Amino acid sequence: MSSVAVIDYGMGNLHSIAKALQHADSRVNVQITADAAVIRMADRVVFPGVGAIRDCMHALNESGLADVIREVAQSKPFLGICLGMQALLTDSEENDGITCLNLFPGHARRFADHMLDVDGNVLKIPHMGWNQVKQNPHPLWHNIPDHSRFYFVHSYYAAPDDPSHSAATADYPQAFTCALAKENMFAVQFHPEKSQTVGLQLLQNFLAWDGIA
Amino acid sequence: MSLAKRIIPCLDVDNGRVVKGVKFVDIRDAGDPVEIARRYDREGADEITFLDITATHDNRDTIVHVVEQVASEVFIPLTVGGGIRVLEDIRRMLNAGADKVGINSAAVFRPEFVKEAAEKFGSQCIVVAIDAKKVSQEGEENRWEIFTHGGRKPTGINAVEWAVRMKDFGAGEILLTSMDRDGTKSGFDLALTRAISEAVSIPVIASGGVGNLDHLADGIIEGKADAVLAASIFHFAEYTIEQAKRHMQARGIEVRL
Repeated sequence: MSSVAVIDYGMGNLHSIAKALQHADSRVNVQITADAAVIRMADRVVFPGVGAIRDCMHALNESGLADVIREVAQSKPFLGICLGMQALLTDSEENDGITCLNLFPGHARRFADHMLDVDGNVLKIPHMGWNQVKQNPHPLWHNIPDHSRFYFVHSYYAAPDDPSHSAATADYPQAFTCALAKENMFAVQFHPEKSQTVGLQLLQNFLAWDGIA
Repeated sequence: MSLAKRIIPCLDVDNGRVVKGVKFVDIRDAGDPVEIARRYDREGADEITFLDITATHDNRDTIVHVVEQVASEVFIPLTVGGGIRVLEDIRRMLNAGADKVGINSAAVFRPEFVKEAAEKFGSQCIVVAIDAKKVSQEGEENRWEIFTHGGRKPTGINAVEWAVRMKDFGAGEILLTSMDRDGTKSGFDLALTRAISEAVSIPVIASGGVGNLDHLADGIIEGKADAVLAASIFHFAEYTIEQAKRHMQARGIEVRL
């Protein structure tokens, strides 16, 4: 039986992601854990997160999980979600600037205030709701129609230094990177665990993925 | 193409049962919130909101079980409101599988609660629910006030100023209900919705008064809402969520279909 570790570092509720993974594949052993040994043993690792980046990085550094993440992110299929995606970048503009894990060179930037849509309405921040995702080829998009809508809620977005690391974009109103991919790492800004059918499909794809892009 | 406007069905739950006279034809138990949530999910609801109206404190656990069951099989955002008074209430709902909580009267009694909640759990899960009533007279400039106790008790607080303050305190979203329109089926208070939506930088959900599908579209187009919430038009199966979305799309609104 294959196993997936959902990293628990005290940032938000992991019930949804664990339930969604189990729903995506009932045979997989889903473990919510803060135990480095369990994370190292798992076949796959999910790195979720909500809240502020300062608290997130503080928790990762204090617990020693930052080093565990750096290690497993280079050795097995690894999925970052939401804040768990932004934490993989070099740094974030949030909380006056926070150094992150630097697994993807790049920065988390804040959406500009007072952006307008095509009708001249002010775009709200956070970017909240279902937006279309334009895919770049990757095995994790298997069986997911291009431009499918996923559920987002965030005020910061990833700006990778290397455009080839962008696995998908969404528009708000300009195109921004909403998925990152490099070798065995994949990360998404949206919440697959809250994106109904297409989200479950992405999780199912991850649980079947050998980590080869 | 970009972000879709959202349709959010709302279930009023009392002692673990949906109230407001639900009359679905093809579900086993018309009052079962889990069954109804399942159906709304199938029809394409963008989120689901549960409003717990259980009066007695002893029975408050029932909503936790409802959320747990729904979250195990419905994978869209879930919001729970009603009776959220202390941080521990929020933690319980999030642990049960809710993604957001609605804070209403507790914010009026002690606004700092919203700040503490946003700092503890993140703005993304804090929805401040505002019940507003028009208090200006005919011919005067529009003015709305916050009311508590189901619209019976005035607070003297200006609704637009309150919304801005709640945003500054860390609210991630505003759920705005017109107490003048709630239950009337005569449409949202569009002037109120627009005044609040244009005053805050965070998303606003319009609520109160939906009687037909044009009301939903009006809330987005004229009220400038980011999402629309309705209960009875979906409960009575007058319209499905999908019909509502098709109608909104026909009026030029971007929706998830």
